[in-house]
Amino acid sequence: MRRFLLIAVPYFWLLALFLVPFVIVFKISLSDIALAIPPYTPTLDFSAGWAGVRAFFSALDFENFTWLTQDDLYWKAYLSSLWIALISTAITLAVGYPIAYAMARAPEEWRPTLMMLVILPFWTSFLIRVYAWMGILSQEGFLNQFLMWLGIINEPLTILNTNTAVYIGIVYTYLPFMILPIYAALDRLDESLIEAAEDLGCSRLSAFWLVTVPLSRNGIAAGSFLVFIPALGEFVIPSLLGGSGTLMIGKVLWEEFFSNRDWPVASAVAIILLAILVIPIVLFQRNQQKQAEAEQ
Amino acid sequence: MQSTVFTPWEDPDAKPLIRFQNVTKRFGTFTAIDDLSLDIYEREFFALLGPSGCGKTTMMRMLGGFETPTEGRIELAGKDIVGVPPNKRAVNMMFQSYALFPHLSVWDNIAFGLRRDKRPKAEIEARVAEMLKLTRLEKFAGRKPHQISGGQRQRVALARSLAKAPKLLLLDEPLGALDAKLRQDTQFELMDIQEKTGTTFVIVTHDQEEAMTVASRVAVMDEGKLIQVATPDRIYESPANVYVADFIGDVNIIEGRATPGEDDTYAIDWAEGEVPLQATSATRFDKGQTCYLAIRPEKVTISTDRPEGAVNAVQGKVLDIAYLGNLSTYHVELPSGMVIKAQTANTRRISRRSFTWEDPVWLSWTVTGGVLLAG
Ligand SMILES: Nc1ncnc2c1ncn2[C@@H]1O[C@H](COP(=O)(O)OP(=O)(O)OP(=O)(O)O)[C@@H](O)[C@H]1O
Ligand SMILES: [Mg+2]
Repeated sequence: MRRFLLIAVPYFWLLALFLVPFVIVFKISLSDIALAIPPYTPTLDFSAGWAGVRAFFSALDFENFTWLTQDDLYWKAYLSSLWIALISTAITLAVGYPIAYAMARAPEEWRPTLMMLVILPFWTSFLIRVYAWMGILSQEGFLNQFLMWLGIINEPLTILNTNTAVYIGIVYTYLPFMILPIYAALDRLDESLIEAAEDLGCSRLSAFWLVTVPLSRNGIAAGSFLVFIPALGEFVIPSLLGGSGTLMIGKVLWEEFFSNRDWPVASAVAIILLAILVIPIVLFQRNQQKQAEAEQ
Repeated sequence: MQSTVFTPWEDPDAKPLIRFQNVTKRFGTFTAIDDLSLDIYEREFFALLGPSGCGKTTMMRMLGGFETPTEGRIELAGKDIVGVPPNKRAVNMMFQSYALFPHLSVWDNIAFGLRRDKRPKAEIEARVAEMLKLTRLEKFAGRKPHQISGGQRQRVALARSLAKAPKLLLLDEPLGALDAKLRQDTQFELMDIQEKTGTTFVIVTHDQEEAMTVASRVAVMDEGKLIQVATPDRIYESPANVYVADFIGDVNIIEGRATPGEDDTYAIDWAEGEVPLQATSATRFDKGQTCYLAIRPEKVTISTDRPEGAVNAVQGKVLDIAYLGNLSTYHVELPSGMVIKAQTANTRRISRRSFTWEDPVWLSWTVTGGVLLAG
């Protein structure tokens, strides 16, 4: 009985916080847009009894999903989101790995401080930090002024409102999520393994590729998923830093929801996004599980 | 000099393979190796023996290239190797912690070093198979290190370090986790490999019996210093001092004052009202000088009556009997309270043992049975 209760509590939370909202959103995605509050039909009317329930279910259809396949805006947005998320994950990995490596190799007494520095940005609101990047990247921004002062460029570069700015924003925002799992993996790495590799004829570099990288693979995978999954649905960064050419599904979703007030289509977009995300999430879970097994 | 006996350390013209010259290693203010000089010759099986923390691993790591000496120089085959990276040394090391690659199978672990040499595939396969056979790991070739037992892991580490057939092989406690039988087999296997390949071995061990079995020479260390470097029989039969005598095997130490007699014989006053003990010594002792008589338990004879004509005989009563199977060790308490150990071979069945607890007995040994030490 006690065991049952212990299991029931997390399941209850999962049900209340994930399954119920999902069912609601899924239901809206099957509804039709309406000029009402809430802005869709049908709504479940229990006063009509059994006939009301039947009428409710018969009014649901997959029209909105069909619509998503007809307008090429949507699949282009999905593809472009996948692409942007993929590229920014790769860049975050390329930037994050050396940082994590340096942290793991730093003297013991320095590590808490370095860890602090990585987490420090979380102390400021995410929105403020993205706004700050607008100030840095704009035509008259710090970056352009600095580059012109150095004499590297004569004309200010257009960075803000381009995909480049989106990449910068995503990499900057999600970098800690990449660094921390890789750092955790590298920190556990036994130094004598590197020595053994060198003893058996590896140079420093080949010992890194043959021992360090494979042994931090779980950290790399965890970090990549932690960046890729939220980046795919990212909305704030493309809307603030991206331009009209930046097509991301998060932005489309927002526009459907708030500009067009088309809740059913917005919900359908969200359901498809979730379906796309299920694949990396499942892979992520498998990775975590494998890691836990390997540590036993 | 006889050519059949392998004693390069006695040949003044022999060139050592390894030469430590006044090597000191400090970690911060802590001195791990203290002004140590040592020559190890090619084809030697050299054992480092000493208490935990005396610097054995540190010496190995300096040979392997993982630590640089703070002072002094280390030569390998006549060349200064300080500053040469580990992968550029013809030295392989078996790590005390094994350091097996957890992401690679047993097979790949053993093949790791061979692959780095870019040897042909067939040769690698043959060599790995040979190593697996040697360490009896054929059945576990496909497993990962976390899927095998501690002793098996140790054998993988051994196989991996042997695979490249290096000029110098460093073994840091290679057999600690093996059971007695397998350990003995592996010891002989190691000696066999050594004979066949002519590899020079430096082995660290906590097991003095192991050191005695395998080594051509043994070095006893303490606090970063070498106390004695000699062949196993010399270490055992004529230890340089009380520390070595006490560290290697079981020993009775009797403190006393020496009085020189004839023919290097000394009379040792060791207890009030007792007849002085007699012992010979090649080293000189002055009259009244404090000395220590070290007697191995197996050199002490135990009997009910005082043996006829025994030079050294003391009386006591049996305090304890340690039955070791083939041997029994009797702990005999003397009237002064001192306990002397005597060992006898159990040639008869235990029920027919001549002595039991509380029995009054005589202990005796010859003039040459003990070693007289200065400190
Ligand atoms: N990196 C290091 N930093 C500081 N002190 C060290 C370091 N490595 C070793 N020491 C110290 O040097 C001394 C010798 O260490 P070493 O590992 O050589 O001992 P050992 O003889 O191999 O002992 P054991 O038999 O327990 O393996 C120890 O007191 C140890 O604490
Ligand atoms: Mg050690």
